Amino acid sequence: MAECHPVGFRWVMEAKRRGATIIHIDPRFTRTSAVADIHVPIRPGSDIAFLGGLINYIITNERWFRDYVINYTNAAALVSEDYQDTEDLDGLFSGWNAEKGQYDPSSWQYRGLEVTPAAGHREMFSGEPRAERGAIVSAEEHDFTLTDPLCVFQIVKKHFSRYTPEVVQEACGIQPEMFEKVARALCDNSGRDRTSAFCYAVGWTQHSIGVQYIRTAAIVQMLLGNIGRPGGGIMALRGHSSIQGSTDIPTLYNMLPGYLPMPKASYDTDLKKYLEYNESASGWWSEFPKYMVSLLKAWYGPAAIAQNEWCYNYLPHISGDHSHMVTVAAMADAKVQGYFVMGENPAVGSMNCALQRKGLRNLKWLVVRDFAPTETAEFWRNAPEIVAGDIKPEEIGTEVFFFPCAAHTEKDGTFTNTQRLLQWHHRAVEPPGDCRSELHFIWHLGRRLKELYRPSAEPKDFALRDLTWDYRSIGAIEEPDAEDVLAEISGYSLGDHKYFAGYKELKNDGSTVCGCWIYCGCYKDGVNQPARRKPATQQTWVAPEWGWAWPDNRRLLYNRASADPDGKPWSERKKYVWWDPEQRKWTGYDNPDFIVDRPPDYRPGPDAKGIDTLSGIDPFIMQAEGKAWLYDPNGLLDGPLPTHYEPEESVLKNPLYGQQCNPARMEWVRADNPYHKAWGDPDYPFIATTYRLTEHHTAGGMSRWVPWLCELQPEMFIEVSPELAELRGLENGGWATVSTIRGEIEARVLVTERMQPFVQQGRTLHTVGLPYHWSWIGRSTGDAANELTAFVADPNVSIEESKAFSVQVVAGRRSRKRRAATQGALVEREVAGPERDLPPVHQKPVGQHGLHAEKTEMTEES
Amino acid sequence: MAKKSWLLKWPALRQLANGDLAGLGDTAMSERTHSLKPRTSTADKIVGSVCPYCGVGCGQKVYVKDGKIMDIEGDYDSPISEGCLCPKGSATMQLVTGTHRGMNVLYRRPYGKRWEKIPLKQAMDMVADRVKQTRDETWEDQHEQGHPLRRTLGIAHLGGATLDNEENYLIKKLFTALGVIQVENQARI
Repeated sequence: MAECHPVGFRWVMEAKRRGATIIHIDPRFTRTSAVADIHVPIRPGSDIAFLGGLINYIITNERWFRDYVINYTNAAALVSEDYQDTEDLDGLFSGWNAEKGQYDPSSWQYRGLEVTPAAGHREMFSGEPRAERGAIVSAEEHDFTLTDPLCVFQIVKKHFSRYTPEVVQEACGIQPEMFEKVARALCDNSGRDRTSAFCYAVGWTQHSIGVQYIRTAAIVQMLLGNIGRPGGGIMALRGHSSIQGSTDIPTLYNMLPGYLPMPKASYDTDLKKYLEYNESASGWWSEFPKYMVSLLKAWYGPAAIAQNEWCYNYLPHISGDHSHMVTVAAMADAKVQGYFVMGENPAVGSMNCALQRKGLRNLKWLVVRDFAPTETAEFWRNAPEIVAGDIKPEEIGTEVFFFPCAAHTEKDGTFTNTQRLLQWHHRAVEPPGDCRSELHFIWHLGRRLKELYRPSAEPKDFALRDLTWDYRSIGAIEEPDAEDVLAEISGYSLGDHKYFAGYKELKNDGSTVCGCWIYCGCYKDGVNQPARRKPATQQTWVAPEWGWAWPDNRRLLYNRASADPDGKPWSERKKYVWWDPEQRKWTGYDNPDFIVDRPPDYRPGPDAKGIDTLSGIDPFIMQAEGKAWLYDPNGLLDGPLPTHYEPEESVLKNPLYGQQCNPARMEWVRADNPYHKAWGDPDYPFIATTYRLTEHHTAGGMSRWVPWLCELQPEMFIEVSPELAELRGLENGGWATVSTIRGEIEARVLVTERMQPFVQQGRTLHTVGLPYHWSWIGRSTGDAANELTAFVADPNVSIEESKAFSVQVVAGRRSRKRRAATQGALVEREVAGPERDLPPVHQKPVGQHGLHAEKTEMTEES
Repeated sequence: MAKKSWLLKWPALRQLANGDLAGLGDTAMSERTHSLKPRTSTADKIVGSVCPYCGVGCGQKVYVKDGKIMDIEGDYDSPISEGCLCPKGSATMQLVTGTHRGMNVLYRRPYGKRWEKIPLKQAMDMVADRVKQTRDETWEDQHEQGHPLRRTLGIAHLGGATLDNEENYLIKKLFTALGVIQVENQARI
């Protein structure tokens, strides 16, 4: 955090000054470790074993926060009698279908009930007929003594009982004394008077079991009562100025703005079905139809009427996975003609760069927008495979357009930071030359396409014809007014054009317009709320008048949990939001994240529906039953509880289960993406992890061209321990060649005790660290670490595994720029062996994951 | 008065008169030092902004003179950053004003060996034509079993996560209307 989010880390140092204990868990010793109270080196890819150890410690030592856990989590819920755990099945949960490579989650459900998950894969929900909350929440579905072997608490307890300090040592390379020290510090600093926070960088997601990494941390925090309370929580430290915004208003294939799912071909065939599958009978997602109809009104304007289901039939439908790597693999197979790449550099930053470039070579046309031509724009000119002579530019048929982009100082707009805070940046100067904002590009492209399709009478073109696209044009360059767009995102009423104060004003009758319901109110009263800049010194420590946080300018989500079941603060020290019995409403330092006048003693009647099903002690209002989920009965594709699996390419056999890797992970078994052996590959004996440096930014598009930053960090390097240096004859400042079966790169050697070998299972394991910023153009060049990585992904979110894989390291400059994507595997052998999984999994779900096994036969493109 | 001010030009006397015995305070300043001003003091305007690099969201102030950026500094008012910027944030000035920035649209013909400069409007027209042609060629109206698809798999998009929310909104809005579903972002990576 000190390296990649230095200014955010100031607040960690401030907490330390006030007495907080800082624990840093990282394979490497970094600037964060240098100022932390405890640094715990951990073997890359073993975090669930470590966090699972913490869960086991918390439960066995009775350190969990009983009042919080019983009232605010699903600990007491009873689970189906058909459920079987990884304890019973040697690393698999019940419902595994080895032929399809997928789980059927029906045995994971609560007893007698299927709930709609607040996030994740809602399509796993079996749907009709809808369970009505009032009818199903009754005493016999819960065991508040938490002793029934099939209550969530006991299942969690049993599941993690194997994660002892000894197992943590075996899996993570952490000594039991060190583990105890961390566990004790964490528990001592949690409870009524104290809270602890987890901060992770999104490398945590880059594992084939990445979602479950974060889930494990969430279970720790729920057990300790650290969610929804000041100083608690789990903070995803995101690495881009608006990466949170890119998820909220997603340029992601599976979502519409505000986390509404994209329609799925096989069963969201009309609006009625789409709403049925996605709204929840209880909890806040019962409001789902209001948000969807308001979005359709924002997009299709007067054309959207009740009789045509608000133009729902204009929306395209997805069938299976259309995520980045799935699309690029299709591209490499010449199934995609055109590609827009805006402010992104996949030829460097995405997995298996050579396969990315193979995809680019097989396009008809490519549009790249950036400050300067990046490696993605120039893949045809001087990429490693071109320099090596494997491919010639005159053989590449892709037509390439490079458009220079405007900088943030040359355009108006909002970024959403890692705390969900929208902040407006104002245009300071006009963009130079032909540089234009993406807003300009996409608006003018849309105007041209509307014009091109104007004569058309084909139904396929009606969505474009009716698309609302009138934004005010500013200045000689005809820049669309970003504030106009923000106003549409925030929403307004159609009759009197009144800007909404918040999403509670939205309706499902077509009278309200809102482009993204969670952002509703960011243009409250016609005022650009994200542009508010009241100085920090002139407001409270919560600083509600700086920018605007979604939802409803709330700075801490689920903050009703900061009060006890009676609505009183858990302690004076951790007071944040509470029930005021005189005014009969919730109040506090922040905007309460609850129904403001719902008293703590409210309990829903048997006929309650929608939001009325949320009781006065249900802080987690987005959940169907208002409780935080220690155990996920629905929504995840790889199990209801986190389980330690080894990375796709590991040096170790799984020390906990016979099942080696996440059985539901996504693999791309193809000649241009070969894999190593699942463990102990003699050709690739070392662990590699990639990371960022303080002075550079991701794939380098915003740093490798900036001289000041290139001077600070001029060259690609590989970080190795003195022990590995000796083993491999590596010299500090000299060269090393690092390879996988997919590619080989050269880097300067940095020999440092910051890297430590681990001794596990009787072996000494060496890790190498690789920054991933460099590639062949820019003002500072070097080989790209992602030439080494593979297409392999977490099944829930299709995010790649780049933080733990196996490599070979030899001294000297021995790269011949070989790439599996052009020449085939660097080492000749079988592409995938049966030893990858124990027990064997016949098929990995690529392009068809996420669909309920019995529900669809889609995936025509897979 | 005149005499006093002449005498007090002698630093030692000034130190004594002001009780600045260490000689490290205001009294040690020369006239020149006194008259120095920050290079940003002549700015025509100061524009509120946000750092474009990581997700912390540090406040920036952009100093503008004669339509050009003079400097970019941390914003002390920000409750997030209180005036601080990291090495990358501090280099923002060079990022946005550096000579590396492309000013022209570049075009590479199929099988070509070099870039050509083309006018922006022509390039926009060409891209719109490509989109229409690909979309029309690769349109899928429904699945063979009758499920609606209304889409094209012939076009894809990948966006960086330093784009504005408003930009992402229009990207998603337009591409969805076109039936382009392979819309992705750094957020997936």
